[in-house]
Amino acid sequence: MSDSRRQSEISLVVNGEPKNLRVYPMERLLDVLRRQLGLTGAKEGCGEGECGSCSVLVDGVLVNSCLVPILQADGTNIITIEGLTEARELHHLQQAFLECGGSQCGICTPGIIMAACYLLSKKPQPKSEDIREGLSGNLCRCTGYAQICEAVSEAAAVDNAKRKNATGVND
Amino acid sequence: MKADQIVGASVPRKEGHDKVTGRAQYVDDITLPAMIYGATVRSSIPRGKIRQISFRPGIAWDEFVIVSAKDIPGQNCVALIADDQPCLANGAVNHPEEPVLLLAHPNRHVLHKAVTAIEIEYEPLPALFTIEESERQVEIIWGQDNTFKTYLVEKGDVDAVWADADYIVEGEYTTGAQEQLYIENNGVIAAFDTERGITLWGSLQCPYYVHKALMKLCNLPENKVRVVQTETGGAFGGKEEYPSMIAGHAALLAMKSGRPVKIVYDRMEDMVATTKRHPSRTRHRTAVTREGKILGGEIEFVIDGGAYSTLSSVVLSRGTIHAGGPYYWPTVRIRGKAFATNAPPHGAFRGFGAPQSLFAMERHMDRIAEVVGVSAVEIRRRNFLKSGQTTTTEQVIHEPIDLDQLLEKGLALSDYRPKKQRFQRENASTTRKKGIGIATFLHGAGFTGSGERYLASVVGVEGCADGRVRVLVSSTEFGQGTNTVLCQIAAQELSLPYDAVEIAQPDTEQVPNSGPTVASRTVMVVGKLVQSAAHGLRQTLMNTGLLREGYSREEFCDACSRYVAERGEFKSWARYEPPPGIFWDDEKYRGEAYAAYAWAVYIAEVSVDLATYSVAVDDFVALQEVGKVLNPVLARGQITGGVAQGIGYALYEKVVWQQGRMQNGQMTNYIMPTSADLPPIRVFFEELGNVHGAFGAKGIGELPMDGPAPAIVNAIEDALGLRFDALPVLAEDIFQALATKSGAESNSPIPQGVQ
Amino acid sequence: MRADPADYELTAPGSLSAVVSLLAQAPSEWLPIAGGTDVMVQFASGKLAARKLVSLWNLAELRRIDVTPAEVIIGACCTYTDVLSHEILLREFPLLASAARWTGGIANQNRGTLGGNIVNASPAADSLPALLVYEAELILVSVRGERRIPYVDFHTGYKQTVLAPGELIRAVCLARRFTACVSYSRKVGARNAQAISKVCVAALGRVVSGTVEDVRIAAGSVAPTPVRLRETERAVRGKRIDDALVSQARKTAVSEIRPIDDIRSTAAYRAAVTGNLVAEFLQMLQAGGKSG
Repeated sequence: MSDSRRQSEISLVVNGEPKNLRVYPMERLLDVLRRQLGLTGAKEGCGEGECGSCSVLVDGVLVNSCLVPILQADGTNIITIEGLTEARELHHLQQAFLECGGSQCGICTPGIIMAACYLLSKKPQPKSEDIREGLSGNLCRCTGYAQICEAVSEAAAVDNAKRKNATGVND
Repeated sequence: MKADQIVGASVPRKEGHDKVTGRAQYVDDITLPAMIYGATVRSSIPRGKIRQISFRPGIAWDEFVIVSAKDIPGQNCVALIADDQPCLANGAVNHPEEPVLLLAHPNRHVLHKAVTAIEIEYEPLPALFTIEESERQVEIIWGQDNTFKTYLVEKGDVDAVWADADYIVEGEYTTGAQEQLYIENNGVIAAFDTERGITLWGSLQCPYYVHKALMKLCNLPENKVRVVQTETGGAFGGKEEYPSMIAGHAALLAMKSGRPVKIVYDRMEDMVATTKRHPSRTRHRTAVTREGKILGGEIEFVIDGGAYSTLSSVVLSRGTIHAGGPYYWPTVRIRGKAFATNAPPHGAFRGFGAPQSLFAMERHMDRIAEVVGVSAVEIRRRNFLKSGQTTTTEQVIHEPIDLDQLLEKGLALSDYRPKKQRFQRENASTTRKKGIGIATFLHGAGFTGSGERYLASVVGVEGCADGRVRVLVSSTEFGQGTNTVLCQIAAQELSLPYDAVEIAQPDTEQVPNSGPTVASRTVMVVGKLVQSAAHGLRQTLMNTGLLREGYSREEFCDACSRYVAERGEFKSWARYEPPPGIFWDDEKYRGEAYAAYAWAVYIAEVSVDLATYSVAVDDFVALQEVGKVLNPVLARGQITGGVAQGIGYALYEKVVWQQGRMQNGQMTNYIMPTSADLPPIRVFFEELGNVHGAFGAKGIGELPMDGPAPAIVNAIEDALGLRFDALPVLAEDIFQALATKSGAESNSPIPQGVQ
Repeated sequence: MRADPADYELTAPGSLSAVVSLLAQAPSEWLPIAGGTDVMVQFASGKLAARKLVSLWNLAELRRIDVTPAEVIIGACCTYTDVLSHEILLREFPLLASAARWTGGIANQNRGTLGGNIVNASPAADSLPALLVYEAELILVSVRGERRIPYVDFHTGYKQTVLAPGELIRAVCLARRFTACVSYSRKVGARNAQAISKVCVAALGRVVSGTVEDVRIAAGSVAPTPVRLRETERAVRGKRIDDALVSQARKTAVSEIRPIDDIRSTAAYRAAVTGNLVAEFLQMLQAGGKSG
C-alpha cells in the first residue's frame, strides 16, 4: 500500500532527457533508473558499492547508483551506458571493448565502461597503472581485467588522435 | 575476411554489441505483465526436524502466495543424479539456508519483512561440518555411512613398490571452498498456464537440466515445460545444477498463483545458499627412486559434498582421474571418496575436482624434489608422461605431446632459471622475499569415459527462409564465447562470411539437447557436431541441385530461400557418435577417460612483503597446448580470466564457516582480486591439433583453473622456505608460519582486545 | 534489497541551519546522511534502524575548504575526491591524501565524506589515524551554536562519540604546521583496492642531527577506536634511531594496542604488522627518507 504523502516529486535529466518522477525519496537511484525509467544497463551485483556494476555518471561524476538515494539526485544530470551511444554510433570505448575482448559475460561491462569514461575525462592519457587504479572499484570475474585495460588504453589513444586532428597540434 | 580464415581469427563477439551498449537482457532486466516476485524462507540450523512454522502477525499474509512441500505436484526433489535433494524441506533440514517455504507478492519490497516474520521451530540434531567428522561417522547424516560415492583406480601392483623405493614421500594437502562469484546473481522468471505448461526464463548453463528437473517436480510431460536461457552474467559452474532449484521454486509459485513469478537473489543470499567448490583433502604416499623417478604410490582424494549428493560423484570422478597429474605412474592406487556434511551442497565450479587434486599433485612433486635433492624442474622432467605411455587409468597418450619441450619453453618465457638464482641471492638482504614456482598439469575435455555417449548430443543447423543460417544448440553463452565460436565453425564449414550465421537463443522449444555447457566440451564436442550439421546442410542443397561448387554468399542465401519455399523447414541434424576404439570401464575406472587432454605449464613469480606478510604475484606465465585456437582474443580471455580465479583461489578467497553457514557472504568480506591486484598475465598457446575436436580444438575453459594455485604456493615456498599445503594462503597464515618457525613471537604475549 | 523504501522518510532541507533546526526538534529520530556510502549499505541489507533521514549531501556550508595562514578548514561533507583535488591538502597533509586515495574505489571516493567517516566511527576507518596524527580539531554545530574540540576527544569507545543529540560535525580543522615533517602511512587490507583495513598506520616525524625531535604515530583497526601510540612516541622521542630503538618501539607499539580476532583477520597478525609498520617508519626516518 503506497503512502503518497511520503513520495516526492523530483526532476532530473537522464541521458539528455528531462524526467519528472514521483518517487519514495529513499529509493535507490539504481532502482529508479532500472524500473521507473527502463534503463536496465546499470546492474545490481552486490548492493553495497563493492562491484561497481551499477556505476553511472551524476553531473559528470562517477558514483555507485546503488548507494545514492533518489532524492539526492534531484536536479542532477545523469548519464548511463544507454546515453553513451550517440545516434547509433558506438562510443570509442564501446568499440574498443568489442575489439579487445573487454566484455565476456557482459554484466560488469556497462559499469566498467562508465568508470572508464570517467577516468578518461580526468586523465585523457592514462598510464597502465592509472587505468588499473581507475577501474579498481569495478569487479570483473570473467576477464582478469587485462583485455579491459587494453580496451581503455586503445580508446584513450583514439580519443587523443581525434583531439590532435581536431586542433592540429599535439596536446 | 575470406571465408576460410574465420576459424582462427578474432572475429567480434556475436552478442558483443548488445553487451557494450547495455541492451543485453539479463533476467532481472525483464518484466512480464502481471509478474509478481518470489522469495525463499530458509533454515537457520544445520540439521534437525521442523516442529512448527508460525506466521507472526503484522504482515498481510492473505496478500502473499505461500508454497510449501505439500504444494509440489510431482516429486519433491531437484532431479539430477541421485535425486536425494528436496526442492523444499519437508519436515527436516540438513543444512543452513535450506529452502523451506516460498513466498510471492506483487511488491518485491515487502518480501524481506515477510520472510523474517516466519518463525520456524526446530528440534536440532547433531550435525557434521568436516571431512574428518564425516568419515569417522561421528554421526550418520546421509545414507548408511555418510558416503556419497567412492572410486578405486588401480594400475599394476602397488603393494610391491615399497620394497624397491629409495624414498617414500608422504604429504597431505587441503583446499577450501570457493565461491563462483559470478557478478550476476542467480535469477529466474517462471510462468504457467494449463495450456502451455511452464515456461522458465533464467540465468543458467543447462536448459535441459532444468527442463528435466521441472518435469519431475511439476509432474508435467516434456512438451509442457519450456526453458529459455536469458543473457547470463557469468556462471563458472555455479549455474550448472543450482538453477534447477531456483527454477523449481519459481515454477511452484507460478503454478499456485497463476501469475508469472520472478525470483532473483541478492548477493548475500546467493553466497550463503548456493553451491561452492568442494573442499578437499588429498593424501599422497609415493615410492620414488634415488633419481626421483616415481615407481608408484597411493593417492587418497577426498571431497566434502555438503548435505546432498547433487554432483559430488562427478566432481569426485574428475578429481580422481586427474589426481596423478601429467606424470607416468608405473603403478598406482587412487581412492576417491565424497562425504556428506551439513553444509549447503557443494557443486560445479570450473575445474570440477581437478584444481583440488592437481594442487595436491603439484605441491607433492615439489616435496618429492626436495626429499630426493633435485630441482622442481628436474623432478617433473623425469616423470612426465610421454607419447605412447599410459595414464593412471591406462589410457594411452597417442598425440605427440612433448612436455619436456613445453616446460623448457615455459621456463624460457618466464626467465625462470636466472630469476630463481637471482632471488635466492637477493633474498638474503631484503624484506621483500621473491620466489618463482612451477605447475605442470593436464585437463581432460568433454565428459568422462562413456559420458558423451550417454549424453547423445544433438545439434541442428538451420537454413532460414531469408537465407540466413542459424545454429541450434542448447549450449549457452555466459562469457566464454559459445555464440561466437560455434558461428565461426558453421561459417567456415559453409564458406560463408561470419555475419551470415547466427545462433538461436537456447530455448528447449527451439533447440535440440546438445548436452550441458560444462566440462570444457562446447567447442570440442558440440563444435564438431555443428561442423557436421553445417556440412549436412550444404550437402542437401548440393544434392538437390540448388547449389553448385564455388557458390557465393548470395547464391547460398538464394538456395536456402528456395529450399524453404519449396519444402518447408530446412534443418540439418548431427548426433554425437563416439569415436571408434574409445573404451571406458565404469566399474574398474579404467580406459580412455577423456577424448583429449590439454597440457599446460604455468609459472608464477611472487614477492612476500615481510612487513605485512602479503603475497603479490608479480608475473605469471600461462603456456598451454590446446589443439587449435579458434578465436585468439576469446581464448586469451578464457585463460586470463581463469588464471585470475586461480590466483583468487590461492591467495584471496576464503569461505569462513560457522556451523555450516558461510559467515562472510558479502563482497566486502569475500575477497576476489581487483584490477589493482593482478599482474600482467602472459598467455601463450601451442597447437598440436585434436582429431576429435572441431578444427582440431580441445577444451580450454577449465584448464586455467588448475595451475595457478600450486604454481603460486610453490613460489611462496621458494621465497620463504616455508611449506604451505592448504589453500588459501592468507597473510595471516604466512605470519603464523613465520612466527612458529622463529619461535620468538610465540613467546611474547600478544594483547587480546575486547570489542 | 532488504528494505522497503516506502517505510523511510528522507528530507533535504537545503541549508545547514534548516538541518540543525530539524535535528533539534527530534534529535533521536533523524539520522543525517551525507554521501550514503555507509548508511545505504545498512539500508539495503535491512539493518538500518532509523526510519527518518535528513540529507547533508552537497550542502554549501559543509562542502567547502577554507584556507587561512594558520589552518585548513575542511567542510565535513567534502568528499575524498574533494580532498584529493585540493593542492594545499595534497602538499601539506599527505597522510590525509593517501587515506583518501585508498578508501574504496573511485566511485565511493566521489561520494564518501570526511565527516561521514568520522561519525560512522568505525575503528577501521581510513582517514582517522591521519586526523589523529595531524591533531585535527572538529567544529561541531547544533541549534545551540558551535563548539570546537580536539579530534582525539571525539571517540569515547567502540562506535561511541561525544556528539550531543542534534549535533553535527561542521568542519575538520588542520593546523598548517607539519610541512617540515616526514610522513609515513600504510594501510594493510585483504587486497590492494577496495579493502577494509586490517591494520592502518599513519605517522609523522622529524629527525634533527640523528635525534628524533618530533614524532606522532597513530593506528587504526587495532583498538575499539583509532589510537595515538603515545607510549611508543615517548619511547622514541629525543633518542637516536638504531636497531635497539626500533626493536623497543616495535614492542611498545604492540603493547599499547588492543587488536581482536574478527572475520577479516587475527589479533596476532594485527599486532605483528603494527609493530612492523612502526619499525618501517622509524627505519625510513633513520635513512633520512622523504615522505612516504
